[in-house]
Formats: sequence, C-alpha cells, structure tokens
Amino acid sequence: MTRIISTLYAAAIYGFIFLPVAVLVLFSFQGTLFPIPPFNGPSLRWYAAVLGDARLTAGLANSVLVAVTTSALATLLGFLSAWGFARFHLPASALLRGLITLPLTVSYLIIGMGLLIFFNWIGLPKSLIAAGIGHVVINLPLCFAIIYSQMGEHQANIERAARDLGAKEWQVLVMITAPMLWPALFASFFLSMTFSWDEFVISFLLTRFDTTLPVEIWNLLRAGLNPKTNAVGSLVFGVSIVLAVVFEFVAFRKRSQ
Amino acid sequence: MTALVTVESLSHRFGQALALDAVSLTIQPGSYTVLLGPSGSGKTTLLSILGGFLQPTSGRVLIKGADCTTMAPAKRPTATVFQDYALFPHMSVGSNVAFGLRMKGVPKAERLAKAAAMLKLVGLDQAFEKKPHQLSGGQRQRVALARALVVEPAVLLLDEPLGALDLKLRRQMQDELKAIQKRIGTAFVHVTHDQEEAMALADHIVVMNHGRIEDQGLAERVYGRPATRFAATFMGESTIVPGHIEANGQIRTPLGSFNALGEAPGTDVYVAVRPEHVTLGGGIRATVKDVVYQGSFKRVTAALIDAPGFTLLARLPADAAVTIDGSISLGVNSDKLIVLKN
Repeated sequence: MTRIISTLYAAAIYGFIFLPVAVLVLFSFQGTLFPIPPFNGPSLRWYAAVLGDARLTAGLANSVLVAVTTSALATLLGFLSAWGFARFHLPASALLRGLITLPLTVSYLIIGMGLLIFFNWIGLPKSLIAAGIGHVVINLPLCFAIIYSQMGEHQANIERAARDLGAKEWQVLVMITAPMLWPALFASFFLSMTFSWDEFVISFLLTRFDTTLPVEIWNLLRAGLNPKTNAVGSLVFGVSIVLAVVFEFVAFRKRSQ
Repeated sequence: MTALVTVESLSHRFGQALALDAVSLTIQPGSYTVLLGPSGSGKTTLLSILGGFLQPTSGRVLIKGADCTTMAPAKRPTATVFQDYALFPHMSVGSNVAFGLRMKGVPKAERLAKAAAMLKLVGLDQAFEKKPHQLSGGQRQRVALARALVVEPAVLLLDEPLGALDLKLRRQMQDELKAIQKRIGTAFVHVTHDQEEAMALADHIVVMNHGRIEDQGLAERVYGRPATRFAATFMGESTIVPGHIEANGQIRTPLGSFNALGEAPGTDVYVAVRPEHVTLGGGIRATVKDVVYQGSFKRVTAALIDAPGFTLLARLPADAAVTIDGSISLGVNSDKLIVLKN
C-alpha cells in the first residue's frame, strides 16, 4: 500500500515537473495552426517555419555566439582568479573570495538593471556585447567556484616542480596548471553555456536590434501562441539538455577518477 | 677541496617560530649529504631554502661560489625530488623527464634521447610512453629522480624521497640511490627522519634538532662519537646515565667508574653506552627486565641492582642464557664509552 502511494506520489512530482515540457514538445509537432488538443501529427512544418524565419535563425546564431564567447571568457577569468586566490597570500582573501562569488546570490534583474544604468553612463549602447558582458558577470562566479574547489596543495607542488625545472610563470599556467584542471575547466565552460544559452532577463535589458534567441521567442510570444513557438522552445530545451548532459558527464567523470 | 655549497648562518622564522637558527654548513662536490632530524627540526626548511622555494630571514647560500640566496629555483643549479614526486599527471613519463630540457630549449629529438637515457639509468626504460598513474610508487620515485637529474644540476635535493614507500622497497631504493649517486657523481642532499636510511646513504650526516645542527660528519663518527646528547639518542639506541668527574680523573656513574679522557675534574657529564658495547660477564649486577629475540642477537633491558632506577640496554649473543627476572652480570667496554658534556 505504502509502495503504491509513494509510486503515485513520485509520478505526480515528475508529472508536475515534466508534463508542461512534454506538452510543449508534443505540440511542436502539431500539424494544424494551434498548439491545442486534439493532436494532429506528427509534422515538422513548424520546425521548417522556425528555420525559415530570418529573425529566429539570426537569434539562434547570436545566442550560440554569445554563449560560446562569454563562457570561454568567464572560464578563463574564473581560472585566473581561482589560481590567484589558491596560490598567493592575498590580504583579506576570504572577504575577496566572498565578493567574487556574490553575484551568484543577486537576481539577474538587479544585475541587468545595474549594468544598463552603468553602460548608459559610460556610453556603451545596448548590444550583444553589452549582454555578453552581463553573461560574463553572472557566470564568472560560478566558474571561479568550480575551479577554485579543484585547486589543491598537491597541484601547487607540481607547479613548483615545473618552476624548478625552468618553466616561466605563463608556461606553468599553460602547460601544467590548465591541463591538470581540464575537467573543472570543461565543466565550468559547459555550465556557463547552459546558463548563457537560455538567459532572458539580462539579454532583454541589454540588447536592442541584434538579440538572442530567448528574447526573439519572447517577441514571438507577444504575437500569440502558435506551434512555431513550441518548435523553437523545443529546440532551446534540446540544446540545454545536451549541454547539461555534457556537464554532468564531465563532472561525474572527475568524481569517479 | 672547495665547497660546492656554502650555507652561512642561515635563520628562518615562520611567524614567531624559529625554524632555522643560524645554521652553517658546507657541502662537498660529489658527496651524499643527509639532513637527519625529527619533524620540526628544520631539515625540510633548510632544503627548501637550498632549492629556492623559501627566502631565509637572514643568512646566505652560496652555490659554486655564487650568492643564490634570493635566486629563483629555475635559475639556480639545483633540482628537487619532491616528497610526493609531483609528476605531471597529464604527461607521459618520457615528457615528464624531458620537461626540464624542453624549458631550456633543447631540440625535441635530443631531449627525448636524453630522457630515454636517463630513464634507462634509473631502470625504467620500458615506461617511456606510460602515464604516471600507471606506475607503482617506487617507479614514480624513479621518474621523479630521472626528471630532476636530466637537467644536470650541480646539487640534487631530495625531500624525504623514500617516505611514501614500504620498508622493503625503501631499503632497495636506498641502495639504488647510492649507486646512482656514485655513478653520476652529482652532489645529493637528502632529507630524512630515518636514521638507518641516513647511515646507509650518507657520506656526511647532519643531525638537526630545533633548527640547529647538533652534529655533523661521517656516519661512523656521528654514531661512535656523537657530539651531543640529542645526536646520541637520535642516531641509534643507547643507555644514557649521568656521570661526575672526580678529582682523580675518573668518571663516577651508576655503571661504575671509568677513566675520563681529558675532562676537567668536578664537571657533571652524561655517559652514553651503545647496546653492542655491553658484554656478558663483568662487574655490573642487574636483573633482566625484558628480552627481545631478534634472530642474530638478543636485545636485553636490565635493571641495575646497585643503582636502583637505572636500566641498561644490551645487545647480547643470540645464544646467551637470559630469562626475565633472572640475575645477570654485565660489563661495559670502557673504550667505547661516549662522554657527553652537559
């Protein structure tokens, strides 16, 4: 009896989480004009419509560009700051580490608004670059935290050995530290990609003409529901799943070693 | 012979703690020097300063006559074998060994050939393509040794290199280290807290305690005639009893009176006796408290009857008839007595 109840309970929870997504994906294959029952399909006409929509494909390209470059930048900056904190005695190190991870706890809306006001002040126009800077701001703390957690004293000794054998500081970083930490670097990169890929608020506030896919989807939604929104939403969801799986794989591999 | 390394009154503080207290030392070319001491004795601090990983609070380090005190590790003619080996986990064994030559700009073919030759010297020519994690502890140790030696340092620094190995492997590696050192003729400076390891390896033993050098010299000399009470207790076992020099030049101790060699009458000293210098039969009456059979000898602890509260440690023949609580008479080889100033 308890078993049946707990099974039903689990089914209800998973249903609550995944049913909306399942419905979204199901009606993206709708053959008719409206994403509502009854289901007529499957059909790929709305996927064809998405790929035929110049604004959506431009948004897709922009999203990929922003996700890849900002993740690479956030990983690089996170790596360098983690290395700095792990290897050098800095004054008020704990306080500074706290400050660098603080953006994790601040809402994207506040960060977006702050950047909007600041960029306005320094004269940086709304653009993909502005949104990209915002994505680095939100992802850097995450990259820092992941990479910093993987830096230990044993690696410090390995770096010392490289220096002893004549390596310059940049050679130690490029040839020794980064390769040793590659699982953490890879995991940071993919987690950043996941967050940048479907980030809406900051992109919405900081872009104007060229914008990212989530903002284009929002524009599309304002015109009302149709299966095209379902199709593009499913595409975004699919990519997020792939990125999350890659991240999990990398992180899990690291743990099992 | 001019010294290869000269350490001049080196001191180092970690906050309030004095890790090294005005240590001076010279290291001869081609010698095997062992820094021996308990943890916290300053031996690792001294090695770190020699390697350039630590800047001393005061004092100088001269290598081949040049002042290296503030020189970076990469610039000075030393190479270090780290306690945890510190191999590059993402590189093959061959690339690990060739790394130092790569940093010096040696062409690829040449550095790989040298790395292979060095791996052969340490008996690991089969492992060139392997990754460090595929090797055993002893093999990693050899790779670390080859990686440090291939850059042809004037001094090789070894930080407890055998500490992570089991006893059997440690004794085997110790023989190999000595053989390799003799073959290539590089000066080795080796840190350990294992006195057997120190005696087996060292041309020159440096016994350290509380940041100071207690004694240094040939192993036989440091063992046979230790300069201080600490050196006597840390290097091997002994019985230490107080003694007083009488007006007639004899030392009066709980073990009896002996001739004092050149000590001023009226002073208080300590007298140390190595267990192997205690013989069966003699004027010292004792009660056997403990017998440990060690195969080739018996290690006997005996309580002195004429001096209650004192015990004497003896190494007696394996066939000696001794039983616990039995009476025994022992003698001390007075030529071998070690007189330690108080």
